[in-house]
Amino acid sequence: MKTSNDSLKIGDHSFSSRLFVGTGKFSSGEVLADTLCSTGTELVTVAMKRANIKSAEDSILSHLDRSKYKLLPNTSGVRNAQEAIWVAQMAREALNTTWLKLEIHPDPKYLMPDPIETLEATHELVRQGFTVLPYCHADPVLCKKLEEAGAAAVMPLGAPIGSNQGLESREFLKIIIEQAGVPVVVDAGIGAPSQASEALEMGADAVLVNTALATAENPEAMGSAFQKAVVAGREAFLAGLGRISTFAQPTSPLTRFLEETV
Amino acid sequence: MSTTFSNYLEGYCWDSLSGKIASASSRDVEAALARKGKGGISDLLALLSPRAGESYLDQMAWLSNRLTMQRFGKAIRLFAPVYLSNECNNICDYCGFSMHNKIPRKTLTDLEILKEAGILKMGGFDHVLLVTGESSRRVEVDYLSNALDLLRPYFANLSIEVQPLGTEEYAKLIDHGLHAVMVYQETYNQESYQSHHLKGKKTNFEWRLNTPDRLGKAGAKKIGLGCLFGLTADWRTDALFAGIHLDYLEKKFWQTSYSMSFPRIRPYEGDNITAVDLKDHDLVQLYCAFRIFNHEMELTLSTRESPQLRENLLPLGVTTMSAGSKTNPGGYAQGKDSLEQFEISDDRRPDEIASMLRLKGYDPVWKDWDVSYDCNNSLAKKLDSVPPLSPGPSHSKALQT
Repeated sequence: MKTSNDSLKIGDHSFSSRLFVGTGKFSSGEVLADTLCSTGTELVTVAMKRANIKSAEDSILSHLDRSKYKLLPNTSGVRNAQEAIWVAQMAREALNTTWLKLEIHPDPKYLMPDPIETLEATHELVRQGFTVLPYCHADPVLCKKLEEAGAAAVMPLGAPIGSNQGLESREFLKIIIEQAGVPVVVDAGIGAPSQASEALEMGADAVLVNTALATAENPEAMGSAFQKAVVAGREAFLAGLGRISTFAQPTSPLTRFLEETV
Repeated sequence: MSTTFSNYLEGYCWDSLSGKIASASSRDVEAALARKGKGGISDLLALLSPRAGESYLDQMAWLSNRLTMQRFGKAIRLFAPVYLSNECNNICDYCGFSMHNKIPRKTLTDLEILKEAGILKMGGFDHVLLVTGESSRRVEVDYLSNALDLLRPYFANLSIEVQPLGTEEYAKLIDHGLHAVMVYQETYNQESYQSHHLKGKKTNFEWRLNTPDRLGKAGAKKIGLGCLFGLTADWRTDALFAGIHLDYLEKKFWQTSYSMSFPRIRPYEGDNITAVDLKDHDLVQLYCAFRIFNHEMELTLSTRESPQLRENLLPLGVTTMSAGSKTNPGGYAQGKDSLEQFEISDDRRPDEIASMLRLKGYDPVWKDWDVSYDCNNSLAKKLDSVPPLSPGPSHSKALQT
């Protein structure tokens, strides 16, 4: 299948790249900029707690070319819906975008997303006109409820943030993908290009990667590897993977007698 | 779960744990390394042992480096302390602020606080730690909440390191925009504690020990723990107790984040204490052991240590550094007109520290929080109306608003 017109639509925006990139943990703004370029990404997240909107020399914002990348501010660090809504409003004002990656994690150790507060905040932020992409557990029921609340996409986790463990939640991701009426972006835990590929092969619409890039020996080269892996995974999904059979096909089927009696 | 940490500690015996640390085997250390410290307190015990220090330090360093990189990336957060007061009613034999020490005493006025803040702001800082001695007459909760009100509009993150307070008092300060509280136990060995804290409220071991419980109840976003190394000969067991404290708090106050620091006693004016020597090798073991034990906590490195050692420690688990610190009230604006709490060892300017970090492949992070995150703080909504901060006479205008 031809993939050149295979764009991903979220809200009112179309993306030709299905690789979204987080901007934390890089050794410098320059390394970040080079890495973003090599990934071919068109959507990058920015933590509002890190961004210094008052400084022209901010090591993240000053290296993001907004003509190339759409910014997706995130609310990382907030602990409840009330704080998330406040930060969302600040992000809209500061970065002039209504797009928001909603992250609410009251647990600062494993940064587990709070499903109850996330659903509540999604309802309110959609009402206020935001394009909300909530980060959540790989919980199929929650993802449907977020969709009903008006989320533009859902971002279930593959594994804990920054863990590089891969798609530990794959069985639940499969159900989410099967049931979703909005794009599914697998976020968190993707530690290697092969894992990004797997998510796309499975039918995820996109992946978000940060730690695996920022902490690589050569982030720019790793960015290029992820770019190819995401394209390959998507093409494989569109091509239709061969069916995996759980059992070997026996040479003497038990039902042969049916043919013999005809 | 126990109501307080002092109750919880009744289940632990210093001598027994000390014996277990001393006799930890290679097998114990290897098991702890193999499961990356996920075996809990028994893994920390093995990693703090003499066996680990003698034969596994480099392996620990590599693991610590990898775990830190994965969680925190190539970024180091920078902060600076602001000493608000050196007045103190305690007598402690290791501290320059001790009441019996005949030094000029000083508590900063509003204008002086803003002058300090202006200099730090110009230096790039967005996270500051307010420090005082323990003088309940001069530096009480109203003084601290006023200082927070003054500084909140200008900084992304405010922490304090002051005398232990009550739950209600902490709640009040949090309402004024306080983010984190550093409250080092100094030592978890009560006998040693009593021998170094000779007079004043700080002699109350248990009140200090239960301070993080009160902080957790008050809703502090971050609590800093630690020992002052040099006070107690058996530093390994002391550190293990700090780990037990951390483990207890993380389970009880799961919405709070934690930091730890490993300060060693530094010389100060009039000192007469013979500190136990914690060697650089031991300090490295402490950083690595705690990182492997807890992959997510912040580990801080102060200007107490030399430039060379600080640079060598950087990749071993450190996430946060102070830079260009002055440990006397008014030190940034006026220099040494009042005496300092201790001598710093790394006196490089903040911009020099930032350059060094870049050279070593780290992004110096000045801002990793935002005033908007403390939306309960009534000040947050007024921030835009506050005049810009700069060192010098213009502060009188700031004070009039």
